[in-house]
Amino acid sequence: MLRLLSLAVSFWLFLCTALQAQSLQDILQTHADEVQKPSRNSVGVVLDDLVASGLPQVVPFLEGWRDREIVQRSPDGQFFRLIEEGDVARLEDLDSGEMIEADAGAFKDLRPNGGVRRAIGNALVQFQLSDPDIAKRRAAVDAIARSMDVSQLGPLQASVEGETDAELLKKKQRLAGMLVATFGETPEARIEAIDALSGDLSVDVRAVLNTVLATTTKVGVAIPEGVNLAETLEVGADLSADEAYARLVEAELAPAPVTPAQIRAALVANIEGDTVGGVAVSALGSDVARAQAYDRLAATGSVAARVPDANKAEAVADHVFYLEYAEPDPAITDAAREALNDIESRVALSQTVDLGLDALSLASIYFLAAIGLAITFGVMGVINMAHGEFIMMGAYTGFVVQQFVPDYTLSIIIALPLAFAVTFGAGVAMERLVIRHLYHRPLETLLATFGISIALQQLAKNIFGTQARPLTSPEWLDGALVFNDVIAISYIRIAIFVLAVLFLILILFVLKRTRLGLEVRAVTQNPGMAASMGINPDRINMLTFGLGSGIAGIAGVAIGLYAKVTSEMGADYIVQSFMTVVVGGVGNVWGTLAGASLIGFLQKGIEWLNPSNTLAAQTYMILFIILFIQFRPKGIVALKGRAAAD
Amino acid sequence: MRNSFLAQNPSMLWFIALLAVFTIAVTLLSEVTGVGLISTSFVKTLGKTLCLCLVAIAMDVVWGYCGILSLGHFAFFGIGGYAIGMWLMYARTEGIVLDSLAGQPIPPTPAEISDAIGNQIFGVVGSSEFPMIWAFADNLFVQLVMVVLVPGLLALVFGWLAFRSRVTGVYLSILTQAMTLALALYLFQNDSGLRGNNGLSGLQNIPGFEETSQATISILFFLASAVALAAGYVFFAWIVSGKMGSVVKGIRDNEARVRFLGYHVESYKLFIFTTTAVVAGIAGALYYPQAGIINPGEIAPIASIYLAVWVAIGGRGRLYGAVIGATFVSLLSSWFTGGGAPDINLGFYTVQWTDWWLVLLGLSFVVVTLFFPKGIGGAFDYLVRKPS
Repeated sequence: MLRLLSLAVSFWLFLCTALQAQSLQDILQTHADEVQKPSRNSVGVVLDDLVASGLPQVVPFLEGWRDREIVQRSPDGQFFRLIEEGDVARLEDLDSGEMIEADAGAFKDLRPNGGVRRAIGNALVQFQLSDPDIAKRRAAVDAIARSMDVSQLGPLQASVEGETDAELLKKKQRLAGMLVATFGETPEARIEAIDALSGDLSVDVRAVLNTVLATTTKVGVAIPEGVNLAETLEVGADLSADEAYARLVEAELAPAPVTPAQIRAALVANIEGDTVGGVAVSALGSDVARAQAYDRLAATGSVAARVPDANKAEAVADHVFYLEYAEPDPAITDAAREALNDIESRVALSQTVDLGLDALSLASIYFLAAIGLAITFGVMGVINMAHGEFIMMGAYTGFVVQQFVPDYTLSIIIALPLAFAVTFGAGVAMERLVIRHLYHRPLETLLATFGISIALQQLAKNIFGTQARPLTSPEWLDGALVFNDVIAISYIRIAIFVLAVLFLILILFVLKRTRLGLEVRAVTQNPGMAASMGINPDRINMLTFGLGSGIAGIAGVAIGLYAKVTSEMGADYIVQSFMTVVVGGVGNVWGTLAGASLIGFLQKGIEWLNPSNTLAAQTYMILFIILFIQFRPKGIVALKGRAAAD
Repeated sequence: MRNSFLAQNPSMLWFIALLAVFTIAVTLLSEVTGVGLISTSFVKTLGKTLCLCLVAIAMDVVWGYCGILSLGHFAFFGIGGYAIGMWLMYARTEGIVLDSLAGQPIPPTPAEISDAIGNQIFGVVGSSEFPMIWAFADNLFVQLVMVVLVPGLLALVFGWLAFRSRVTGVYLSILTQAMTLALALYLFQNDSGLRGNNGLSGLQNIPGFEETSQATISILFFLASAVALAAGYVFFAWIVSGKMGSVVKGIRDNEARVRFLGYHVESYKLFIFTTTAVVAGIAGALYYPQAGIINPGEIAPIASIYLAVWVAIGGRGRLYGAVIGATFVSLLSSWFTGGGAPDINLGFYTVQWTDWWLVLLGLSFVVVTLFFPKGIGGAFDYLVRKPS
């Protein structure tokens, strides 16, 4: 009985010490050095032990450590959490939560660096995955997505079951799928996960698959058995002979070639009097002479011999170069390759659609910018170089309205008709004062309107300054309509497209269905005859010019919403607008539409072929247009019959 | 023939005589002779103005006489500048590189020299390779041929395409403007091989003349520009007089009628377009060594339009009108934008001419077009009592 009792006591004592050993402070004390001066590499051991202990104090401690709240008491090296309230600093016991008064200077701060804090953060992730706070769970999932690691798979899968938020659950499952595809234990599980990923177009899934398909370049006499071969590289096609030789040198299968710089250095080092290796120094101004001198030095053994080209070629020919997958299992790489190909073909399709949408929106901008010009140029034969400045004027009208009306939706609703009114007035004034006197002298109209253009541009600079002014779009136009990870189109672009369509309909309606349109068409075809029928050509010309200018003003508001408002914004569009009109065919709304579509799609198409260089795209587009004019001098939609006469 | 040519152009003798007097006066008053009344920088400005006059004459011939409102002649001017600039920059950099490599223990190989020059010139656009178009940059003679050949060929091809398909009037103007824009945009790229928007710089330092002072160089270029202007004037005066001139003016006034009379209008237009482009290139090659720097901004469409503005203000269809316009507007422009003009205080607002000059220029341009289609040169009609 006594023996039994002593056994029980000793067992109890043992249990106590075991529990004692499991206190947080003890774990920390076992790794005191690593806690005190952690580095990214050493901190892992501490974190593993802490996580393995399963103590509830661990999470608050890790958070405190990450946030630099943990201090070490100087006399005994115990760790505490520092709580400062005003001037009073107190230390909190990590296990019991007991508060201790602390003298300043009796402890020192632990200052983990950024890398260590990131490691602590990663260790915390697994606890946060099941945190009641959804924001913390989201942050944890994002943290895993940023740096995927095999250790996160277990906690993530464990947390999936308890997840209550549907959206986050989907995210977790997707992330878990990506982790299984990369780090899964059995090939079957991985292949299944990879197959499940194949419908996903997002960049991170593609990154995961690319990681699975990571290759290294290998070189050898022959391809060894059992290698998961990605590709054999052909010298000449896949890599140049020089690159191939460089790989051989890297793999230490061939002697390093002597570079011209090395030759030069060796020659300089071996100058004896006026000669190097028997060659006069002054004669070393050519590669041949240098090679000769170097070979003589090499013959004496003072420098390494050059590798003859024949030897290089032979060495390259004797070896095979191939890409080997880092993943040894061919079934997995095959599945990943298939999934990636599938994704990439879908991405390509989506990109084509996206490009089409981009082109469509560019075409609508060109259409809006050019349609006013098409009316004045096409219908009246007046070339208005100040058209771009009317666009600018409309945009500045919008900017001024926004200074007075802070509500963006309302200000745009006011700005659109106001811009029309302002530019309509400016257009009518210009027609009355200048253009009226210059009919039948088109080249002089061009120059006079150019004079107005530079005057207006400078005037805008004087009034509004040279810096770009913002024209803020209403909130409901922010953001983009997202179809999938590749196809997205911003609402502003959609709005511009809608505006362009509205104007197309409006102008067609005005020209085809109203009295004004009838008179405009009559004056266009034969001003003299129209005048004798009782139409006042002066009035029609004035109104037509005003209409064209007014539309430019509205286009200015639209363009200002997506680009910045500057005094030079009109000049950016004027040449493109003219080309739109000329390519489309003068004097026809449909022609302008065709011209704008052609130019918009062409420009986007060329940009797609050479995405890094939009300047080159514009250059090539203009060259194409110059050539196009050669074959269809009257544009896509050419007027026929009498109306076509100049 | 010689007699009649002179008799038809009494203004030509006047012009040559005035230019000669002006040139001699400037030379005598410059720093070279020790008088120093005209500073070196002003001599450069005057020399540049003479080059602008030359390109304005070319513009006048193509527009005022032939009726083609080309908005691309300043592009040809710029190409001429680039062609000579390539040699100037290459040769000067080569000199610098050779100097710096001279101290090396062993002489440099041609490849090393070429690499070092490439690094110097193209380092600014993150490259050190010589593009194809620099293949002959080390050869002054070839680059001088380029000054003539590149603008000429470009004008020939462009003109042939445009005139062949009967693109006329404002369409042609827009097309030439598009060409200018395309060229400027192309040159703005860093991989155009011409240093992108950095352009070519240091052109005022003439290789082989390192010892010569800038004062002397500026006078030499001034004289060369004057000679070129005189030669250009005589050449164009000769072209626009006589039978060819009549046909060309006929094309301006009524192209269809000239065509029906059996003349091959396209050939005449192409000849005028190409010749004037070549002269513009030569003017540019003389201008940019005096300016010292050329960049794609110089070629932008606006420059070509200004060229038309000068000619219109000076008076179209008379060669001296172009000279007057270019001199008057460009000197006035640098006076106003350089802060030379006094500000006008209106009490409530101070008119600063650096800000308002362009407004004035634009509006005066409208006024000239509307009320004085003959430009300033039209005033001479009253002097010689030859109303036309």
